[in-house]
Amino acid sequence: MSLPAWSLPSGELGRIAIEHEWPERVDAEWAFGGSTGAGVRVCVLDSGIEGDHPLVGAVQQSFTVVPDGDGHAVVEDEGVDLCGHGTACAGVLRALAPDCSLHSVRVLGTGYTGSGDVLLSGLRWAVEQGFDVINMSLSTTKSKFSAVLHELADSAYFGRTVLVASAHNMPVESYPWRLSSVISVGSHDQDDPRLLYANPAPPVEFFARGVDVDVAWPGGSTLRCTGNSFATPHVSALCALVLAKHPQLTPFQVKSVLYLTSANVGGAS
Amino acid sequence: MTAAQAIFRAQAASIFLHDEETDELVFEAVAGQSSDALIGTRIPSSTGIAGWVLVTRQPLVLEDLGNDPRFARDVAERTGYVPSALMAVPLLHEERALGVLQVLDREQDERFTLAEMDLLGLFASQAAIALDLLRGARRAKAIVEGGAVDVALVAELAAALEGLEEERREAGLQLLRALVAVLAPPRP
Repeated sequence: MSLPAWSLPSGELGRIAIEHEWPERVDAEWAFGGSTGAGVRVCVLDSGIEGDHPLVGAVQQSFTVVPDGDGHAVVEDEGVDLCGHGTACAGVLRALAPDCSLHSVRVLGTGYTGSGDVLLSGLRWAVEQGFDVINMSLSTTKSKFSAVLHELADSAYFGRTVLVASAHNMPVESYPWRLSSVISVGSHDQDDPRLLYANPAPPVEFFARGVDVDVAWPGGSTLRCTGNSFATPHVSALCALVLAKHPQLTPFQVKSVLYLTSANVGGAS
Repeated sequence: MTAAQAIFRAQAASIFLHDEETDELVFEAVAGQSSDALIGTRIPSSTGIAGWVLVTRQPLVLEDLGNDPRFARDVAERTGYVPSALMAVPLLHEERALGVLQVLDREQDERFTLAEMDLLGLFASQAAIALDLLRGARRAKAIVEGGAVDVALVAELAAALEGLEEERREAGLQLLRALVAVLAPPRP
């Protein structure tokens, strides 16, 4: 008699052998020392990425969400960014993880501002593509989308896609950053792009550099910006660095590595 | 607007409201060194800084805008004033983004702090409540002016409520609230 797939007969222990050696102490050098993010596919779910911006470089693929019958379809897109937000996030990613491959899914600036459906369709598609990391420097305040976002975030989590989302420093309910299967990011005000703090009081889980960040701006220029939107791609980039060195890690383990390398963990100042 | 300008010791402050029917941002109010001739100006909802803040629901601060003349012009066209720095925050009420509040040029030589970001968020949530009330009042006015409601009947009802003792007035108000909930349920 065969057992369901979620059972484990003792004779089949070999089936689940996980060959991954952990160091005695996980530190920044083990986690991402020497890593450039090579081989890691990062998706920026945002307003698009301006192609060939000097601070962004090559964008592997660009997609956008369009209406299709009663729903939406994801189609190839020109490298355009009408408002600049996605390009700014991509520049932060590229600076920290220069060899990761960048993929853009444009869900903002599609002309359907009021529709969270566009956001959900884009996220669903990105999760199905199995990107290693998805950067979401945005959120929705519509509670009717929270259940679907929860389901998508869990699919990403079990499908080994790390979903990194901006926290909201305003007194409103918003998603998906509040979900435990994503990595949520707020800002600290120090000028170190690799400096991370773990928050012992979630739902915001990590603080990354988010104040006075020089970001890529459409037209090939830069702009000095502050906001959780810019802290988030710092963490996405750190995830890409970790995964480039340790591709077998699950999102749960990547989050643990971020925790263990946070400056305030383990008695560090 | 004037309050926002004063709290942040800024040169100017402005509000854009989101027109959901046309998916545009409408320049609604201004205080300080901006031109109120631009009030009523409409821009596509997902372009420019205000659009960015509206669609991402995320507050942000931009500095050193003078380094980017193209950007400075973009903001100037929308505000009638060329700033060197800008804070923008979405006006979120319940589940909707009503618009965007912008504060231009805080006092010179002051670095922006994360505490200010939190203050801006709190201020914006208060402003959003006020704006929601304003919208409700405008809708009511439009309905009355459109002749869809018998004004005399509404006035009579108001006068009757006013004349009641406190306990009965509260009961009357509860009845009216229930009526509103039946006739105009909240949007899904």
